[in-house]
Amino acid sequence: MRNLIISLCAVLFGLIGGAILMAVTGHDPIEGYRYLFQGGLKNASRFGDTLATGTPLIFTGLSVAFAFRTGLFNIGAAGQMLFGGFCATVVGLNIDTARPLLLLLMILAAIAGGAVWAFIPGLLKARFNVHEVVSTIMMNWIAYWTIYYAVPAYLKAEQIETESRSLADKATLRSPFLSDMFGGSYVNLGLFLAVIVVIVIAFIINKTTLGYELKAVGFNRHSAEYAGIGVNRSIITSMLISGALAGLAGLAQYAGNGNNIQIGILPSQGYDGIAVALLGANSPLGVLVSALFFGLLYSGRGFMNAMTEIPPEIADSIIAIIIYFAATSVLMDRLITRFMSKRRSTMAATAGGKEKV
Amino acid sequence: MEFVVEMLNIRKEFPGVVANDDITLQLRKGEIHALLGENGAGKSTLMSILFGMYQPDRGTIKVHGEQVKIANPNVANKLGIGMVHQHFKLVSNFTVTENIILGNELKKGFVLNIKEAARRIEELSKRYGLNVDPHAKIEDISVGMQQRVEILKMLYRDAEVLILDEPSAVLTPQEIEELGKIMLSLVAEGKSIILITHKLKEIKAVANRCTVIRRGKTIGTVDVATTSELKMAEMMVGRNVTFKVEKEESRPGDVILKLEGLTVNNNKNVPGLKDFNLEVRAGEIVGIAGVEGNGQTELVEAITGLRKAESGRIMLDGHDITRESIRGRIHKGIAHIPEDRQKRGLVLDYTLEENMILQVYNRKPFSKRGILDKGAIRKYASGILESFDVRSGKGPLSVSRSLSGGNQQKAIIGREIELDPGLLIAVQPTRGLDVGSIEYIHKRLIAHRDRGKAVLLISLELDEVLNVSDRIAVLNNGELIGVVKASETNENDIGAMMAGVKIGGDQ
Repeated sequence: MRNLIISLCAVLFGLIGGAILMAVTGHDPIEGYRYLFQGGLKNASRFGDTLATGTPLIFTGLSVAFAFRTGLFNIGAAGQMLFGGFCATVVGLNIDTARPLLLLLMILAAIAGGAVWAFIPGLLKARFNVHEVVSTIMMNWIAYWTIYYAVPAYLKAEQIETESRSLADKATLRSPFLSDMFGGSYVNLGLFLAVIVVIVIAFIINKTTLGYELKAVGFNRHSAEYAGIGVNRSIITSMLISGALAGLAGLAQYAGNGNNIQIGILPSQGYDGIAVALLGANSPLGVLVSALFFGLLYSGRGFMNAMTEIPPEIADSIIAIIIYFAATSVLMDRLITRFMSKRRSTMAATAGGKEKV
Repeated sequence: MEFVVEMLNIRKEFPGVVANDDITLQLRKGEIHALLGENGAGKSTLMSILFGMYQPDRGTIKVHGEQVKIANPNVANKLGIGMVHQHFKLVSNFTVTENIILGNELKKGFVLNIKEAARRIEELSKRYGLNVDPHAKIEDISVGMQQRVEILKMLYRDAEVLILDEPSAVLTPQEIEELGKIMLSLVAEGKSIILITHKLKEIKAVANRCTVIRRGKTIGTVDVATTSELKMAEMMVGRNVTFKVEKEESRPGDVILKLEGLTVNNNKNVPGLKDFNLEVRAGEIVGIAGVEGNGQTELVEAITGLRKAESGRIMLDGHDITRESIRGRIHKGIAHIPEDRQKRGLVLDYTLEENMILQVYNRKPFSKRGILDKGAIRKYASGILESFDVRSGKGPLSVSRSLSGGNQQKAIIGREIELDPGLLIAVQPTRGLDVGSIEYIHKRLIAHRDRGKAVLLISLELDEVLNVSDRIAVLNNGELIGVVKASETNENDIGAMMAGVKIGGDQ
């Protein structure tokens, strides 16, 4: 409840900050926001695009949030996503079989790719106490250059050097049914996969012995050890799950929203996942909602830019301000506490006054 | 009579609890005034109010007869009120001087004038007989010395009223004695001291008057010289207490734990426990006596599996468990009340009920096929909390961090005894607890013994070892000096053995 208030305040302050920026740069904030939100929600097609833009963010946000709940700071969602997407693309380009089986294989490939990429930092942490922030960032760049080399070497498109061959429609998450329903939008099965995964992760965190163990290790590894929980095993397990989630983001991005993988780009969704997790207070449901909100901002800013003179960077700034406020949740928490205690003391004072009368 | 500080009819409420209810405390100039109460009685809250960390809901505070409003600790400092917290707030790689002037730096233009500050600190240190080297680094000096640095910090800020929060909890017996002298020299120089404690011996030794609070209410203020320890203890817990532990003669049965030639390395990777042999039988309590750091930690961690044994064997019920995993040992019937309740004993951010299943979450009925059964957990946890009288705001749903230290400890002890272990290892089980809780915990340990289980008690409090144990093994420098029957020994003999003199020897 309190987290919800904090997140909503962060969003509100972000929007106010954006409005001030628009006003200062000589634009009409109301008009700006109208187009920003219209751009993301105006019709079925735009709404569908918003959902699709949010889908990889759900996965990366969930990846970061899950790691965080178990005491790990996974900065490497970008690399895990890239490598997971790459693995899925390799499967999609090279295996020809019935669609359900093919998609299942691609999902497994994405999970495996992301998990492998996160396994290494997990192992380093468990074995040698290497901080995961350092090792996951390094893994990001290893993924970047691996893709840089492997895509032109093995998956090269006919003409273009910088991206892989396109996946056949059956080897992507696209669904004509969904696209038709949303007026030609590129929303795809990835969204359903994301919702299912949100539920699964929420279940693991809250209801299972696995979640209990991982959280215990995250909160206090000394008492976890004391209770006989395998601390090192838990760290690795936690990184594997976190990486697998980021890997699925790669699937949703490169074989869902798009149909090929590009070189020379570290996907921005990786780092945005941190913001999504922060705003979602690291709860799976919170991540779902905040990812879709970010999706709305990203998909609406193009329309705002097209319809007004407001630069799209304003939307980025709004996101940045929201992140600041979400990240300083301790401050927000204090503000709320002060506000509540003030209200309580005025109420108590009036009540006390009545007593005396 | 002149009062330096008066807290009149203070009331403070937190969600779910009234921490202070109409408490009055008047401090005379130049006295040591003890504030006595059980864990969670409201001592810390009251002092936090005086130090400006909380605002009272009702009541007034007067300093030198004038009513004041202490909005934050800075205001308290300005009024000449200083506080030494139980957990020191020092930067460990700074020197004594640097720590003391932190936040109150003496400057010459933009440059720190460390020399002048150090000179002043040295002067203060001499005047009050503190004997602190202003240039020593905090990490290099003993805990007792660090405490003096905290006291110096207040003197440096010209504090007139000093609040000491359980100052003896972290000290060795010698250091406690020296602290007493320091307090007396402080009041001789005109300072006034509020001493928060639940150790009656210390109150008797140094305090002039004593205010007793129980469950947030003032019970009374007494003159220490004319009031017996027993009387004060009764005021504190609200019923008759006995200092003597009542227990029957032990009836030892089969050997439960057998240590053979156990050698264990310490953190510096040299043997901290050397060639140690001991037997603990069913139905007896074996106490380990020794000065801190003489191999107790290594012994306990080797038995529980937290530390590996370099050589020797650990036998439980006749099975070799030297290479067994921690979980395996728990399953085989070893329970462990750890020395540090916050580091090992509890996951502080977990709720109480989550902490109550820390070792058994993966067993039926608490989980089935990897899925937790909240209903069964709630029932189990509530049972423990009730039978061990763990007081908290929201019962099993309270976050463990929010409990007072004593209640945290009771929760841990409840959890471990509830496992019904064949061997219960209790390390400093009553550290930092009040008389009432200590009495209760001792009873539970003895009850566990009387159910035919083995108990290994490790404590730095000699009284505790002597009163509770049936046999006592004395450790010195990682070696077993001897094993004696508790009924056939006394404080002096054990003290000599702790210093390394061999007296007994037969089991």
